[in-house]
Amino acid sequence: MNPVLLKIIVLLGILIVVLTLASGLIWLERRLLALWQDRYGPNRVGPFGLLQVLADMIKIFFKEDWIPPFADKPVFVLAPAIIVITVLLTFAVVPFTPLVQIADTNIALLFFLGMSSLGVYSVVLGGWASNNKYSLLGGMRAASQMLSYEVFMGLAMMGTVMLAGSFSMRAIVEAQRHMWFVVPQFLGFVLFLIAGIAETRRLPFDLPEAESELVAGFHSEYSGMKFGMFFVGEYLGVILISVLLSVLYFGGWQGPFLPPIVWIVLKTLFFICFFILLRAAMPRPRFDQLMSWGWKWMLPLSLLNLAVTGAVVLAMRR
Amino acid sequence: MWSILQSLWLVLLHMFQPRFTVQYPDEKPYLAPRYRGRIVLSRDPDGEERCVACYLCAVACPVDCISLQATEDPHGRRYPDWFRINFSRCIFCGLCEEACPTYAIQLTPDIEMGEYNRQNLVYEKENLLINGTGKYPDYSFWRVAGVRIKDKDKGQAENEAPPADLHALTP
Amino acid sequence: MEAIFYIAAIVAVLATVLTVTRLNPVHALLYLTVSLLAVAVVFYTLGAPFMAALEVVIYAGAIMVLFVFVVMLLNLGRHTVDLERSWLSPGAFVGPAILAAILVGEVSYLLARSGTLTPPVAEVGPHQVALALYGPYLLGVELASFLLLGALVGAYHVGSRRAQGRTTVGSRSDRTGLASGGDLVRTGADRPSGAA
Repeated sequence: MNPVLLKIIVLLGILIVVLTLASGLIWLERRLLALWQDRYGPNRVGPFGLLQVLADMIKIFFKEDWIPPFADKPVFVLAPAIIVITVLLTFAVVPFTPLVQIADTNIALLFFLGMSSLGVYSVVLGGWASNNKYSLLGGMRAASQMLSYEVFMGLAMMGTVMLAGSFSMRAIVEAQRHMWFVVPQFLGFVLFLIAGIAETRRLPFDLPEAESELVAGFHSEYSGMKFGMFFVGEYLGVILISVLLSVLYFGGWQGPFLPPIVWIVLKTLFFICFFILLRAAMPRPRFDQLMSWGWKWMLPLSLLNLAVTGAVVLAMRR
Repeated sequence: MWSILQSLWLVLLHMFQPRFTVQYPDEKPYLAPRYRGRIVLSRDPDGEERCVACYLCAVACPVDCISLQATEDPHGRRYPDWFRINFSRCIFCGLCEEACPTYAIQLTPDIEMGEYNRQNLVYEKENLLINGTGKYPDYSFWRVAGVRIKDKDKGQAENEAPPADLHALTP
Repeated sequence: MEAIFYIAAIVAVLATVLTVTRLNPVHALLYLTVSLLAVAVVFYTLGAPFMAALEVVIYAGAIMVLFVFVVMLLNLGRHTVDLERSWLSPGAFVGPAILAAILVGEVSYLLARSGTLTPPVAEVGPHQVALALYGPYLLGVELASFLLLGALVGAYHVGSRRAQGRTTVGSRSDRTGLASGGDLVRTGADRPSGAA
């Protein structure tokens, strides 16, 4: 087949699947949370309540798309788009299977870091442009939290980069042929997981939108489809971190018997469910606890992980 | 750290526990006979209205949702000309039931009162009256209290005991 | 590839001009971010994807967010817009315009002499960058890390001294009856000029 056509099909396929999965996550999250809280969750609309997503989408499309008169209008409109764009762009470098990958660059991990650091703008600008003190507080929290945890995320990832000898995600997956990196890089995996939760602003680290303190944090003033974009952006982030966890530490598409696409989807779903379990079980820390924990524990631990991995890699090569 | 893992595990175990939710329209929850729901006006065993329009329920109501107008029949017996309960105000506290001297006003275990039009929640007397005695099947206020009829006062009719003297100290 | 280079370069120049002329500081910072992103694309087209990624991660992603953060905290209202407008008088542009004109002249002279752009060199990956940094430029890297460490210690020192002086600051604000933290979160368009 024509390679350009194939690439376009892959691109559209990833886009559609990821967006559908992101909206389906709304349903999955509500059902799973309900399951762990001894409830049912949405089960009325369609089979198992699956069409609840559709009903929610219809509702959110018909909501008044309100821009507050005191807001900074262009920035206010721009902010929710940034997060969706940056997260979707990151999916371009993720190798789902050997065939299903849009772009394989040798700076893929750096690209992911860059995009996630640009995603910070969405939250910060959304909070600032709303011109509301709760939004501003949420934006400030988001900025400091995401900037700090991005550092640890990058440092934690460098362990896998050292073992694989490349920034390319495909090379990293292929380097895990004999052993998943979760075994030699267990500390890195845990650090990446924690930083990933903080980076997607999921519970227990959802302090930027802590609804019991800050109304709804950075998106207090958002409604309608703009709020929907923040929402979808968050779920896209969850999917992205889950895919990356399985790619970097759990061998990506590799696994016995089943075809590669099934393996990557299974691993991703496992981590998505783990994210939801965290939400069901964890209380939210205080903000200063979050920050001091990050800088006083995560940073030394990730540096230690980096140094030890580097030393071991050097020793093995000798 | 250990406690975090422990709580994760415990929450995960809740997957295998039965769910508490009652799927309401499909399966109804159990409501006790004395559940405080929709208010009714009951009748005595003879089929007459129990209400004597004493206004005590309207006085007792903390949210002032009961209003009525007393009137008398040709025998001088009081009954409500109209009786109105605004259920959009009612808080179902049951104080009217406790205030009622004749067991006329009673709360029933019926909670399905949803309406699209708020005006439909104002119940008139014909909506409130039921054809039954409610929780007290044999009780008839007039048989206990006595009735004054055309020429005879309470206790003066045939085979009728004299009414209790309210000012006496002995029962 | 050359077309992408020129588009990115034009975007970078335009965004930088807009950065200078915007009255609202946050808008200016956003244009500066766009400019940095465009420079990242320029790096990529010139065969340095690693540099492009670092540009996005560090400059556009981290440093500019800190700038935005600080500007957000400063709570600049309409007062600042007026101030900026007064600064941006046409007279203020004379000096920079002359200097920029000299630069443009130099660049066009060089371009005219060498003909066209030199074709992009071979791609410089992370491997080469790492070898260069820890080979011939090791001393430079160490010096830069010393500088950063010094900045870190200095920042810590400034921060800890502020924490000790907190009691006096608090008592003073109590005496004057001003809510000391109030201005920090008041994002209303105008902050009283006396407080500014």
